[in-house]
This record gives sequence, C-alpha cells and structure tokens, in this order.
Amino acid sequence: MIWVIVAGAIVGVLAVILTKLGNPANMGFCMACFERDIVGALGFFNWEKPAIAIRYIRPEIIGIMLGGFLTALAYKEFKPRSGSAPATRFILGIFMMIGALVFLGCPTRMVIRMGGGDLNAWVGLLGFIAGIGGGVLLLRQGFNLGRTTKARFSDGLVLPGIMVLLLLLVFLVPQFIAGGPILTSPAGHVGAGNSPVGPVLGIIISLAAGLLVGYLGQRSRLCFAGGVRDVMIVNSWHLGIGLVAMFAVVLVGNAVMGNFGGENGLAWSFANQPVAHTAHAWNFLGMALVGLCAVLLGGCPFRQVILAGNGNTDSVITVLGMMAGAAVAHNFGLVKAATIYGQIAVVLGLVFCIVIALKNRN
Amino acid sequence: MIEIDARGLSCPLPVVRVKNAMDGNSGDEIKVLIDTEETRENVTRMAENRGYAIVDETVDEDEEIILVLKPA
Repeated sequence: MIWVIVAGAIVGVLAVILTKLGNPANMGFCMACFERDIVGALGFFNWEKPAIAIRYIRPEIIGIMLGGFLTALAYKEFKPRSGSAPATRFILGIFMMIGALVFLGCPTRMVIRMGGGDLNAWVGLLGFIAGIGGGVLLLRQGFNLGRTTKARFSDGLVLPGIMVLLLLLVFLVPQFIAGGPILTSPAGHVGAGNSPVGPVLGIIISLAAGLLVGYLGQRSRLCFAGGVRDVMIVNSWHLGIGLVAMFAVVLVGNAVMGNFGGENGLAWSFANQPVAHTAHAWNFLGMALVGLCAVLLGGCPFRQVILAGNGNTDSVITVLGMMAGAAVAHNFGLVKAATIYGQIAVVLGLVFCIVIALKNRN
Repeated sequence: MIEIDARGLSCPLPVVRVKNAMDGNSGDEIKVLIDTEETRENVTRMAENRGYAIVDETVDEDEEIILVLKPA
C-alpha cells in the first residue's frame, strides 16, 4: 500500500510543479488532454485552423509510457499479450476520450482540479463514481471482454516505439507540408515554449517527470478507476488511498505555492475555473461515461498508458482509440457538450457501453 | 479443490472470480491459474484479507503462476 501512497503523492507534487513550469492551471497532468494535444500537433483535427492552443507533442505522455515500458523490462514484467476484443476496446477508447473531453479532463486531472478548488470537478467525481458503480453492476452480471493470449515480443514494442519517434518530433518539429504538421500552439499557450525555464529544459523536465510517473505507475499499479471500483467490489482501499494522497498533496501544494487567491489565483467556486465549465449535468455524465468505460476496459486512461507500455496490446488499441476519440471530439465539436451533438455523443456512449456489456457475458 | 483459470482476464475479473468462489466456499482449497504479476498481487492481497493462507505457489516454465489458497 505504501507504494500506491508514494505514487499518488509524487504525481501530485509533480502536477503542481509542472503547472508552475508552464502547464495550464489545474492541468499538471491529464492523460486525455495531453493525448489530445499530441493528436492536435500531428494535425489529425482542425489542422488548417490557425491559433488553436491545443497542439503540443506532450513529453509527459511519452515519458509515462516509456517509464512504464522500461520499468516493466527491468522487473521482467514486459509480457506482450493481445486478443481481448480489440475492436470493442477501440470504440470504448473513443467514448472514454469523448466523456473526458466533455468534462475537460481524465480522472487524473479531475483529482488535480478537486485539489485546486474547482467545485465542478467534485460534480465530475460524483459522475465518475456513478459510472464505476454501473460498471460494477455489469461486472456482477458476468461481463467480460474475453481472454488475452500471448503475443509476439515485437507487437508489444509498437507503441513504445512510436513514442520514441514522437520524442524525436518534439525536438525537431519538422514541417512536413507548408503550413501543416507538426503544428504548435500559439505563443504563450501550452507547449515547451511557454515554460519559464526555456523550451529545451521545459521539454526535458516534462519528459523526466513523465518517466518518473511511469515508473511509479508501473510499480504501484495506480489506477483512478480501480481506486473507486475496488472499494465497491472487495471493500479494498488499497488503490483508493493513492487517489486520496494525490488529492491531499495537490491541495497542500497549491496552498504552499500560494496558488489560491489573488486576481488570477485559484478559488473554491464553480464559476471562472481554468479550463472548465459549469454545465453540471454534462460534467456528471461525461465522467460517468469515463468511469463506465474504464471499468469495462479494466483501467482508467492513466492505467491504459502504463499497460500499453507493459506489452498489453489491447491497451495499445485503447490508447489509439482515445487518440482517435480526441480527433472525433474536436472535429465534430463535441467538447464540453457545448452542442447538442456533444450531448448526443455522451448518451450514445453510455448506451453503447451498456449494450456491449450485456452482450458480453459468461 | 476449486479451480479458477484467471489467465488473460482483465482487471478486476480474476479477483471477482476468486471472490465469488470464496463466497460460496465451505472449506475447499482454491487453485488459481494466473499469468501476470499484478494479478498475483491482487489475488494474494484479497486472500490474505479474507483469512486465506497461500499454501502453495509455483511458477511453471511459461512463467504462469499457480496459487493454492486454503481457508482458515
């Protein structure tokens, strides 16, 4: 248990530090937003639109996956496996991302927002718990997506390999076609260029933080959905205590750094929160969709990144599904459920999860 | 002896299946086939929390783990 507490606490510390070093407020880490930033930088959505501040090949994601990968290799836990309903997992990944982008954050960022005074995130937490509760009910009905079997060693190297390639692109930022990818955010917005320590050091610190979090995630098995789910299933706080530790550290860290109060500081409120909205129903339902998808998939977005680095190619498919989901969410304007289409997408996702779960029982 | 094949199952299905076996168990040993270290940890932790002893733990040539759990 001590590992989970240490992991949660260090993720919390690094989240506060990375925000000081240029990441958006209450967004030290976010699997959904950061995967979306990568997809945005690669030009997979809205690439001809200028000045979108969500384009950055995130060293944090690269670090977390490679940290998990190297740790699994070192501890002889890198075991490529595949074959548990990959196509279904791809769609679940898409919906998990849509739910997260409707809320504006994965469960990791939800906890960070909670520790930064954002009351909307507490509404998200209620939805997350409700979605996980629904998933647990479906598990009790016998839901499962089938077994994995052993895969080839090289299959497990695919996504870690792509991460190494992306790391080269972070530093080189080639322009493949005129005005096209690799795209970057405008000056002053997310990205290494926004870091007060300069672009190169900013990238290196973000990458190092990611590697450390990847190591901790692999050793501790930290999982935001698992933390809530295991309390419901086996009355175990083993994983949940890591989330509590992370929340506490973010809260104290924000207070110590003087982030609360002042004109642009954090405050305990619903309104005017950084990268957030106050549509309570959609904050609730967006995170309910994330929680439900996470239970059906066997892990939250953070855990999927770690597992993808550990040779679980079903998690690779899930992460790729999430990246596709980011493009879907932004191309079709589903983010924040600001349009009727975003709202339809969330409801569709919930229905899809329930139908899939009821159709996959034994 | 009750036998549960938890190989290849996503989290938390191995724990759910072992728990279900424990809930209806009147004193038999439970043999669990496992293929990841994470599952071994999860099943071991739950077994200990529920008063089961790990009476045998073997790893075969395919690195698959066989746990035998015995109720107190």
